[in-house]
Amino acid sequence: MGKKGIEAMVGLFVLLGVVALLFLALKAANLANFGKRDTYTVSARFDNIGGLKVRAPVRSAGVSVGRVTRIALDPKTYQGVVTLELDSHYVFPKDSSAKILTSGLLGDQYIGLEPGGDEKNFAAGDVIRQTQSAVVLENLISQFLFSKAADAGAGAGAQEGPK
Amino acid sequence: MNLLALIGARSIVALRNWGHATLFFIELMKALPAALRRPMLVITQVHAIGNRSLVIILASGMAVGFVLALQMYYALVPYGAADSLGLVINLSLVRELGPVVTALLFAGRAGTSLTAEIGLMKAGEQLSAMELMAIDPRARVLAPRLLGGMFAMPILAILFSTIGILGAWAVGVGLIGIDAGSFWSIQQSRVDLVRDIGNGIVKSAVFGVICTFVALYQGHETQATPEGVAYATTRTVVFSSLAVLGMDFILTALMFSTP
Repeated sequence: MGKKGIEAMVGLFVLLGVVALLFLALKAANLANFGKRDTYTVSARFDNIGGLKVRAPVRSAGVSVGRVTRIALDPKTYQGVVTLELDSHYVFPKDSSAKILTSGLLGDQYIGLEPGGDEKNFAAGDVIRQTQSAVVLENLISQFLFSKAADAGAGAGAQEGPK
Repeated sequence: MNLLALIGARSIVALRNWGHATLFFIELMKALPAALRRPMLVITQVHAIGNRSLVIILASGMAVGFVLALQMYYALVPYGAADSLGLVINLSLVRELGPVVTALLFAGRAGTSLTAEIGLMKAGEQLSAMELMAIDPRARVLAPRLLGGMFAMPILAILFSTIGILGAWAVGVGLIGIDAGSFWSIQQSRVDLVRDIGNGIVKSAVFGVICTFVALYQGHETQATPEGVAYATTRTVVFSSLAVLGMDFILTALMFSTP
């Protein structure tokens, strides 16, 4: 194969690689959501963040409006401090509440934002006041067991009482 | 006593080989700028190493995609997660199987051909003749091959991963009948361009250097006999494979250990 033939084949090879990479990036990865949109940062404090991870989505009415960018522990109040980046297109009233919810039954956890009714909206750097921590399965189970034990105790006491 | 002496002797020989290989690597690195000044040499090598390996890489990629789709489907169905088939296959290929399997195939196909070529050049005293003519064989012969391998490997790994995902799509969506929309949309939401695909490309670049260098070194150090060349080609495949798998563990631990 002559010199031009070899150059053409190698060019084709590289082109094939670039096309494959573009295909992977656009169709099989999150390049479509990659663009740097304007965002503003707010933070929220939780007693228990459960399984929330950095880069978890922030959703309002099910629509993704931002991402979690940082999770830290406040050394003074021992609360979890979660930093959220919200899309500048979306503004929320100052009394909106943040809950940690789970997608599906066993899925990843995300932050659900429910808008409040205040006239003023969040500015960059604000702190979300109303928060609800994640549901911890072990606490639920122990609550359930205690309530069952209390019912059984009350039932037995009521049976013996009238004797 | 004899066993101890034997172990000591073997260790010293191994250490000397490592040192010799490192010095050889440094010499090759010094010759890289001279090779870059003659792009036609590098392009010829990319053709010989990359283009010629396309058939086996694409065929293996497709086969691996088919098999992964079948196996992962039956593994995911009991958990009701069959729709995540695309995500599982994408991550397996792009993070691990793409770079590693491509490197193993590359060592087998391109590595052995490089070793045999260099070994026969050395056996036929072509390299010494070049040196006598004041042509640096490292710059003219060895460094272009190293550059060609470094350049071709990441492209081959990307092609392997892509055709694997397409093969899995053909089997999963076409044959088995899982949902086409969620096949792609779950991948789009969970696969990160930099963390997953980017790290995979870094891995394949490292493996490319390893495989090509081992092939060149074994070819250069071979004894100038037919048995020597045959022995050198098997050593290339064995050493490349072990080095790639070991390096894969280290790189995976570095790149993917924190969620």
